[in-house]
Formats: sequence, structure tokens, C-alpha cells
Amino acid sequence: MVVTRDQMVQWLENTAAVMKENKEYLTQLDSPIGDADHGINMDRGFRKVLEKLPGVADKDIGNVLKTTGMTLISSVGGASGPLYGTFFMRGGMAVDAKEELTGDDLATMLQAAVDGVVQRGRAQAGDKTMVDAWLPAMKTLRETLDGDNDNTIAALSQAVSAAEQGMKDTIPMQAKKGRASYLGERSIGHQDPGATSSYLMLKALLDTLEG
Amino acid sequence: MKKLINAVEDVVTEQLEGMALAHPDILKVHFEPKYVYRADAPVAGKVAIVSGGGSGHEPMHGGFVGMGMLDGACPGEVFTSPTPDQMYECAKAVDSGEGVLFIVKNYTGDVLNFEMAAEMAYADGIKVQSILIDDDAAVKDSLYTAGRRGVGTTVLAEKIVGGAAEDGYSLDQCADLCRKVNQYGRSMGMALTSCIVPAAGKPTFDLGDDEMEIGIGIHGEPGRERFKMKTADEITEMMAIAIIEDEAYTRTVREWNNEDGEWFDLELTDDPFQSGDQVIAFVNSMGGTPVSELYAVYRKLAGICAAKGLTIVRNFIGPYITSLEMQGFSLTLLKADDEILKYWDAPVNTPGLR
Repeated sequence: MVVTRDQMVQWLENTAAVMKENKEYLTQLDSPIGDADHGINMDRGFRKVLEKLPGVADKDIGNVLKTTGMTLISSVGGASGPLYGTFFMRGGMAVDAKEELTGDDLATMLQAAVDGVVQRGRAQAGDKTMVDAWLPAMKTLRETLDGDNDNTIAALSQAVSAAEQGMKDTIPMQAKKGRASYLGERSIGHQDPGATSSYLMLKALLDTLEG
Repeated sequence: MKKLINAVEDVVTEQLEGMALAHPDILKVHFEPKYVYRADAPVAGKVAIVSGGGSGHEPMHGGFVGMGMLDGACPGEVFTSPTPDQMYECAKAVDSGEGVLFIVKNYTGDVLNFEMAAEMAYADGIKVQSILIDDDAAVKDSLYTAGRRGVGTTVLAEKIVGGAAEDGYSLDQCADLCRKVNQYGRSMGMALTSCIVPAAGKPTFDLGDDEMEIGIGIHGEPGRERFKMKTADEITEMMAIAIIEDEAYTRTVREWNNEDGEWFDLELTDDPFQSGDQVIAFVNSMGGTPVSELYAVYRKLAGICAAKGLTIVRNFIGPYITSLEMQGFSLTLLKADDEILKYWDAPVNTPGLR
């Protein structure tokens, strides 16, 4: 299968809807271990993205993703702004000038995006961050895809499950990055809000491609 | 929530509008994106000093814009980091060609946003250095946390490095001095009450009527320990001793190499205070504690410093890095050498410090 530009734009629109829907939930998760603004910030950022999308909807996929990244960087603030901004900037750079994506292109795009997040935030697996959702998802995606384009949806579906598991696995972790780290052991027992928004974003991609 | 606000979403904007009206001779305010900058910026031949962070700590940072201190300040929403486009546009507005020093408090949001801004400024041909302030001795280790937070030393660094920039220091010299000030300074804060972030509408944390928290951060980050209320002398002693006897602190910071356009890791170790050191003593109100109580704290602090062999050569007492209306205070001790004292004493003209 190929992923069209329209589908990528649709993904971003769906992500905006999901962030709006989960605004309270994400903020609630951020309350005991952060500063109770993750949902508010993500919703504000993706509302800005929605405003920008019509202006780039006829551009290539790289351009659409990079515009999304720049918009998030200048509107989200906190740590999530630079991290998700970098995610879409790097992802966009990896598929520059492409009008459609193969399954491999999609995996390349996501991998570059996740690499960007890791580089920017310097988080490792187990630090209780969004990386804990993305790393298992990417491993599963690449292994399941295995170069076969017809596998894209199935591979993405398994990657979403891996991200969900990764998200849940943050609950018993002690945070080592960000504001939650100052809580020390008191951060244990709470699901990481960043891992949760990352899972929701990847799930929105699957839902979009499945139609 | 009882606050002097109109609409919650206008709090930062209206504060900036008021500052612009009150101090047109000293500063200007740019909206879209938001930054405060010196009325006479860019100052020819001078390195520009830029800082920023969440709002709610006034007078820091916007109130420290002016001759002898900051060239620009980027305010975020209350307790939320500003965004890279603010810092980048601010850097462009104040750069005279001699370069821009970012003074960044060590909070993940501030660090990441300033990093992106440095990269954007570099891509635009602006020379940038970025120095982290991480002086909060309440945070013990950097291995399992995001490291020590940037608190009281930030104000002292902005004053001292601002004075040096005025005196013709190069960008690299400003960066070296700023790094030194950070390494020579240690702080600790405490809270008697929480504060209320306007957008949240309720207290950031719960603290009983008879309780206090030692080691609290300036956004209400959890401290070292909660206690039943004690006397001013007991509290001051607990905090001063924790600072004075704090052991060497080692961590890795990331700085910007503007030749190669790359970040590099730098391991830094702050040495403990030693008997015989000269210090600047900074007693700061978190916003809600009156100056009279700060003097009671200073009275005890002076005695402890003397007993520990530290000579207070300058003091600085008042609300300068606040947490909205939180009651509480912070102590900062900064080891002072001739260079630091020279620029601490240099003239300054800002709304918050003259």
C-alpha cells in the first residue's frame, strides 16, 4: 500500500481531534507528577496545527510535517513543545519532497522522528518518558514490516499495541527526566503523560490509514 | 482564588503592557512573539545578555532588563517555559554583532526551548553562547533527576554578567564569567504556603497550616522534607548549614560551540565553600513573605556565616525571584572574588534593580 499526502494531513487532523478529546485526561495524568498542563498544551498546539494545515495541504509530505513541527515548537511550550516539534521536523526531513509514502518510507519517517526526540531530550528507555512508548513501537514496526509493503497496516497495528504496552509499563517506573524526576520514588505508580500522548498519536495514524 | 486579574488568559500580556507603559525610558515590549528588550537595543559593540523562563517570578526576568543587566527577556506563560521563536526573535533584536549570551535556568522545558533557539540563531549567523544555572542545593543528585534547578544564583549572574558585558567583555568572557558565577553559587528555598497559578485556580500543592517544606523549587517542585513549623532561627540554620556544608557537586552540562554549530557535553564540579571565603548573601522572598521577616533571617544568617568562617562582603535582601504569592524565602550564597565583586558593584538601571 502507499500512504497519500491526504492521509497524512488527515492523520494530523485526527491527532488534533484526539488531543482535544483527551485534554482533561492528559492534564489529569500530568497532575500528580508534572505541572498539570500537558493536555492543555497539546490541545493548544494541535489547534494551531489545524489552522496551518490548509495552507500546506497541497505541499509535499515533508513540508506538511515540517510545518506541523514548527507550529508545535512555537505554540506548545514546556518540554513537550521542543520534543514533539523535533519529532515532526525530523520526520519531515526524512521524507522531504515525497508526495506519497511506502510502508518503508513511513517507518523511516517515524524512526527519524523518534531519533530526533531521543537526541533532543536525552532520555533512555526506562526513564519514564514518551521514549518508553516509541522505542518498543519502532522495534515492533521494523521487525513486523520486514520490507514488505503489504504488511504496513498489520505492522502498524502491532506497533500501536507495543506503544500501548510501553505506555502502561511507565506506571511502575521511577522518573529520571523532567519535572517528575524531583519526586524520586513518589513518581512510581503514575502513567507518564508524554508516553500517553505519543501512544494516542500513533494510534491516530493507524486509525487514519485503516479508514 | 483572589487575584488582581482580568481574564486568566491575559495575565502575562497585561503585565507586559503595564511594564511597557511604566518604564518607556528603560525597556520596550514586543508582542507576537513576546519579549522585553532594552529601549536602546542593540547596544553597539556590546555582547547582549538574554534570559527568560516562565512568568510568575517577577521581577525576574523582565524587570531586570536595562543598562547593566539584561538586554532581553522572554516570558512564558505563568510557570511555563517560553518558546524558541521568542528567544530567537529576541536575540535578533538585541544582537549588535558581538553575540548573545543565553542565561538558562535548569528546567527541562527551558533547556530544550533555549537549545532550539540557539540552533535557530546560529543558522541565522548570530553568535550564541548558552550557560546553564543549576544552583539549587536541595536537589542532591543529578544522576537520577534532571539535575539541580536554577534558582537564586540566576539573579546574581544576570547582574554580574550584565555588568561585565557593559564593560566590554567578549561573548566568550561573558560565558566564562557566567559559568563561574553559577559554580560559585548555591541556594535553597522553603515554603510556608503554596501559590496559585491563575490558569489552575487552586493551590499548586497542599501544605498544612502548621507545616512548612524545606528545599522547595520556585514552581512548587517538591523539596527535601516537610516539617512542623519552627522558629525563624531554626529554619535559617537548617537551610544555611545545608548550603554551607553542601559537598562537591558534579554533573554534565551541555554547552553550544558556535564555531562548529554543535552542542558538547562538559563535566563541571562545584567545590564546597571553605572557611575564609568571601560571599555575597542573598535573602529572597518567594513573594508573600514580608521584607521584615527577611531581615530576621539575615540576622541569623550573618551569625552562622561568621561562625563558619565565611565573610559576607555584600548582601542583597528582598523579593527578586518569586513564586507568585507564595510565602517563604530562599537563601543564596555566592563565593565572591574580585571580578565578581567588581561587576556586582557596577551601575545598573532596570525596573527591578537600580
